[in-house]
Amino acid sequence: MKIGLDVGSTTLKCVVLSDSGELLHASYERHYSQIPTKTAEVLRNILPLVGGMSPNLAISGSAGMGMSQACDIPFVQEVYATRLAANIYIPGTDVIIELGGEDAKILFLDGGLEVRMNGSCAGGTGAFIDQMATLLGVTQEDMDHLAAQATEMYTIASRCGVFAKSDIQPLINQGAKREDIAASIFSAVVNQTIAGLAQGRPIKGRVAYLGGPLTFMSQLRKQFDATLHVQGVCPENSLFYVALGAANYAQGNGADIPGLIDRLENYHKHASFLSIDPLFSGETEYQEFVRRHAQATVPCVSPKEYRGPVFLGIDAGSTTVKATCVTENGEILYQRYQGNTGNPVPIIREYLQTFMIENPHLPITAAAVTGYGEEIVKNAFRVDFGVVETIAHFTAAKRFMPEVDFIIDIGGQDIKCFKIHNGTIDNIFLNEACSSGCGSFLQTFANTLGYSIEDFARLGIYGKHPVDLGSRCTVFMNSSVKQAQKDGATIEDISAGLSISVVKNALYKVIRATSAEELGRHVVVQGGTFLNDVVLRAFENELGTHVVRPSVAGLMGAYGAALHAMKQVQKQGTWNGSSLLSLEEISKLKHEVRSVRCNRCSNHCQLTINTFDGGRRFISGNRCEKPVTNAKLDEDVTLRNIYAWKQARLKSYGPVPGAPRGEIGIPLCLNMYELLPFWHSFFTSLGFSVVVSPFSNRKLYLDGQATIPSDTVCFPAKLAHGHVQYLVDQGVKRIFYPCMSYNVDEHHGDNHFNCPVVAYYPEVIGANMGELQESSVDFIKEYVGLNRRRTFERRMSEILAPRFRDITETEIRSASKQAYEALRSYMTDMRDAGQRIIAHARETGKPIIVLSGRPYHVDPEVNHGIDQLILSFGASIVSEDVISVFSRKDKRNVLNQWTYHARLYDAAKRIRNENDMQLVQLVSFGCGLDAVTTDEVREILEDAGKIYTQIKIDEITNLGAVKIRLRSLFAAVGW
Amino acid sequence: MENKHGRVEFTKAMKKDYTILIPNMAPIHFNLIKNVFTNHGYRAVLLENNGPQVVQEGLKYVHNDMCYPALLVIGQMIDALNSGLYDPDKTALVISQTGGGCRASNYIFLLRKALQRAGYEQIPVISLNLKGLERNPGFKLTVPMLLQAFAGLIYGDLLMLLKNQVRPYEVDAGSADALVERWIETLSAQFKRGRGWSFPAMRRNLAAIVESFARIEIKHVPKVKVGIVGEIYMKYASLGNNNLEQLLADEDCEVMLPGILGFIMYGCDNSETDRAIYGGRFWTTIGTKLVMKLLKKVEGMSIDAVKRFPQFLPPAPYTQTKALDDGVIGYGCKMGEGWLLTAEMLELAENGYANIVCTQPFGCLPNHICGKGMIRKIKEKVPHANIVPIDYDPSATHVNQENRIKLMLAVAREELQKVQAESSG
Repeated sequence: MKIGLDVGSTTLKCVVLSDSGELLHASYERHYSQIPTKTAEVLRNILPLVGGMSPNLAISGSAGMGMSQACDIPFVQEVYATRLAANIYIPGTDVIIELGGEDAKILFLDGGLEVRMNGSCAGGTGAFIDQMATLLGVTQEDMDHLAAQATEMYTIASRCGVFAKSDIQPLINQGAKREDIAASIFSAVVNQTIAGLAQGRPIKGRVAYLGGPLTFMSQLRKQFDATLHVQGVCPENSLFYVALGAANYAQGNGADIPGLIDRLENYHKHASFLSIDPLFSGETEYQEFVRRHAQATVPCVSPKEYRGPVFLGIDAGSTTVKATCVTENGEILYQRYQGNTGNPVPIIREYLQTFMIENPHLPITAAAVTGYGEEIVKNAFRVDFGVVETIAHFTAAKRFMPEVDFIIDIGGQDIKCFKIHNGTIDNIFLNEACSSGCGSFLQTFANTLGYSIEDFARLGIYGKHPVDLGSRCTVFMNSSVKQAQKDGATIEDISAGLSISVVKNALYKVIRATSAEELGRHVVVQGGTFLNDVVLRAFENELGTHVVRPSVAGLMGAYGAALHAMKQVQKQGTWNGSSLLSLEEISKLKHEVRSVRCNRCSNHCQLTINTFDGGRRFISGNRCEKPVTNAKLDEDVTLRNIYAWKQARLKSYGPVPGAPRGEIGIPLCLNMYELLPFWHSFFTSLGFSVVVSPFSNRKLYLDGQATIPSDTVCFPAKLAHGHVQYLVDQGVKRIFYPCMSYNVDEHHGDNHFNCPVVAYYPEVIGANMGELQESSVDFIKEYVGLNRRRTFERRMSEILAPRFRDITETEIRSASKQAYEALRSYMTDMRDAGQRIIAHARETGKPIIVLSGRPYHVDPEVNHGIDQLILSFGASIVSEDVISVFSRKDKRNVLNQWTYHARLYDAAKRIRNENDMQLVQLVSFGCGLDAVTTDEVREILEDAGKIYTQIKIDEITNLGAVKIRLRSLFAAVGW
Repeated sequence: MENKHGRVEFTKAMKKDYTILIPNMAPIHFNLIKNVFTNHGYRAVLLENNGPQVVQEGLKYVHNDMCYPALLVIGQMIDALNSGLYDPDKTALVISQTGGGCRASNYIFLLRKALQRAGYEQIPVISLNLKGLERNPGFKLTVPMLLQAFAGLIYGDLLMLLKNQVRPYEVDAGSADALVERWIETLSAQFKRGRGWSFPAMRRNLAAIVESFARIEIKHVPKVKVGIVGEIYMKYASLGNNNLEQLLADEDCEVMLPGILGFIMYGCDNSETDRAIYGGRFWTTIGTKLVMKLLKKVEGMSIDAVKRFPQFLPPAPYTQTKALDDGVIGYGCKMGEGWLLTAEMLELAENGYANIVCTQPFGCLPNHICGKGMIRKIKEKVPHANIVPIDYDPSATHVNQENRIKLMLAVAREELQKVQAESSG
């Protein structure tokens, strides 16, 4: 008899095989991280089956690893076990795709054996689907049913749960159909698995699907089939392959099962995880803490006894909806804090109905709404005012501490912090996509462990050895927590540890503070997450100071919105009453959601159209105003937006028909966004027809994603695969994409390097895109530099001579002359266009945003239309390279040796004294060098008293968050 | 004390009573180098502090998206300063500065920023570089010092190589490690007497080292052989790679780490390649050509010393390793470990170390290209290469890392059994 155990990250599987290999027993259950106890339990259950025998036993799975050592059980790596089982039960299979709780694996069995497993940055697994199901408020089973009825697909990032969440949440808030979201989530998982793990090796032949998610969700299998163009099978016992492999691996003289159960049950006694001091030394200290915080309260007034004006504030947040009605003195009449499982409209409708029916004597004087769902709520209920979240929170905080100089709000999905200086918001920190997962993370975690968030938080108060989980992307914490549990941490310790890490995340990741003085003397904390005493305490401990937590900490956005409405009414002098829907109108409010594709430009945005009765409409998903205003902008956008100018100019470099030397392809990626004029001119004058790949789009990206070898490289680099694939698909037989260690030397830095990725990405393309050899494409990736013209010409001769014997040096010299001239005139024209934009803005009295980044941020798929968003706020846009030349070379506090980076510093320096200019820096996720530039640019700007705004962008970016950021910036500078 | 650039210099007066803290990377090499510092009148301390506090300090004072080695090196220094063991008014720090296109060349600036934020702005930071990037009146790399340090690296490479080849098979546990310790003492003593770094002395010492290792009694049993390559800090520093060498030793493997000399030769060689691609005057590379010649000579001495004992595998000659890259990756790829990383993997795979852990900090830019980016190509050339790339960062969990390494080892063991079965049957 043989026993195989598979202890995965979320489930525990156990199989028992007879000596002849017959399956006697199989069990599958969640272990809720009680790993040793559960394992003991499972083994106890099979004791009757074992009887007096001593069967061989082996253990596998990520969570089994540590236990196997401590309890002395033979261990077999899980992927290896899968292969062992596959060879026995499904021989002839070519590829296995296995999704587990926290890991994704692809095994290539045909040809050279290769096993791939997700590394440290990979979502798209069972835990991810779980999280998404929670977000949609459905079970995994429901999700499968929903997905079957989908009609539209949205793009959702599955790289990590936090990203995906920030894609899905707006979809939910905007009223997109759950069916479509569910299917889109599955498609994201498929893309993630392929992009992350296939790494250029084609998945074909007989494919088998294993593991929980693929066994339970037929729609997920279907998505894999459709994407891979295969007919995969999900074999019998697909849940148990790892366990079966372990059982088959088990050998030796038999294990003493009762003895093992004993060892497992005693296992947790050897605690050895990193821990921090407890948050409270005892009950007295806790009570003192509670008393102190009970002081910051807002009086409540019963609506029955109140007569006077009523102001309504609504905060339609990412995971909760908050609403409150206040008196003219700011006392609370009626409040509501409710989870938002998708659509905020019915929740608010219900709230308003209740209030209006119960209090017919209190008509609402004015109303304001804030938060993610601001626009839809405003449209649905004809709310008087919309207010940026940041302003709403500040208004509320002032109520509790007029001299407040720092506010931190940790909500369900985001962290917002503002520094206040001279009564205005002086600096804003919002968490970037990568470090969110704050409050809702705690919530999801509590649920996974089987607790409500309130109970979970209470347990943390008594954690004696809070687990030290560090401060980084909370997605990674899943496995850290598992490890701590494995090492014997209790739920109390974990609850406390998670709360502490949320705080550390906010402090060191988002605000990047080192001490309390740096933040300010008067700190107000708010947001639902701070209602958790453990989080609050951890925050005070970490800062070493006392802070104010208003009793309505979870309600501050709504409260601030209500106060804002009051202020607006006072400001306007005469007020004709609220435009808010009446009770009757609310009762018969109709709300329809439709999803269409906008065809007004090449972006083809997926629009969600919400229609309410009375013809009120709310459109979301748009990047520009065209579908909303339904009009073409007659104005020449290139006079307001340098990004549009660059795009138009770059599009003009096309092939010349009938060129004698045939076609040569240039992928429009990374540095080509600036050097295209150079290379286009060079090859055109040599008699080539230059085929340029178009601006990126989603399809182009997906077409190339299977050959990306490193899933953590920046998105602009990943796009290069799609561009080269495009050229190959066009039948181009020669592609030119050179490696360049050095960029153009503009003499503004100590050196003029390219970043390693820009410099050498052609190497990656050449090594990983098998298609190039298969289609016998001549891929030219040789190294060249542009700073010494003579050397450049010699190099190009060396590169081209073996391919074209008839190209003479004279030809190359003349082509190079034209190329240098083309680049020079491109740069001059671009700067002139930029100057015209600045002049035009000044004439028309418009503010100017210096939207900075790298040349490739011009690509609409990379910048996600952020330029259009800024335009819609009424500002004009120039880029860093327009103004950087006007700064003189300067000594910097960092090594200033990259051409593109020097431009950032110079641009920042240039605008220090320009009141109508603000700098916004686009940073691609995974750009290691921007870890250096962002701090330096911030310093340059803040030294001059300006606000630094950074926007992190990735494969998919939640424009909702970007919008808040930009609106806050505009509000802060008073534009 | 600040000079005209606003930088705190290490003055001549400081040399007498300041303690210089050196971050640790490769323990054998850096211990030898520390002793060279001491012998030349500096009070040098090699930092051994590790633990979660180091990472915490790093996270606190270094941009969290910065690469992990920066975070660790700076964290280690701040943690040491916080320990109270060193008087902040009598302490200086030393850090190497390369100056290539990789962001690692920014370490010294980040360290200064961190010191300022942590309230140690009075502490001078000495840049250790060969390009004269920053000067300090109280710190001079003299020729004897440089040559001794260089000799230290050569000895370090050899000691590491032999230790790794002997330790897994030694009959008396601990004998290889003890021998390494003895040699560090012996060599440091020689340096102190102003000896041990001339060519004849090196030849003698290298031979003696190999001989002494050959005398350790070993029992040869087939073991899984694993090569470790990657970003230079992650590869050598146990603080960075979560004790990778120990993990592999516990899994009963023999490990091989390519030496530091290769990296130095690569750096030197690149300036010649650069001239060929991007131009520049002939004389700019005369110096590096001379140095290259010298390096090759020393490399030859080391290889010859090992060759006398056939039970040991000598280090692969630089030129041979380099040649393996032909048609795989361009020699112009020179940031970080560049083409050398690819070449080392090829070399290991062809010389019996087909199982490879490729270590890098999470999001390491050059390794997207020459590490992970080249694995497919390497497998085309050497199909049995069994490479696992591992990313390290403050929050990467050991579980995932260990699991992936174990997967690589499971495949390696199967291969080993197959080979054994073939040779016996």
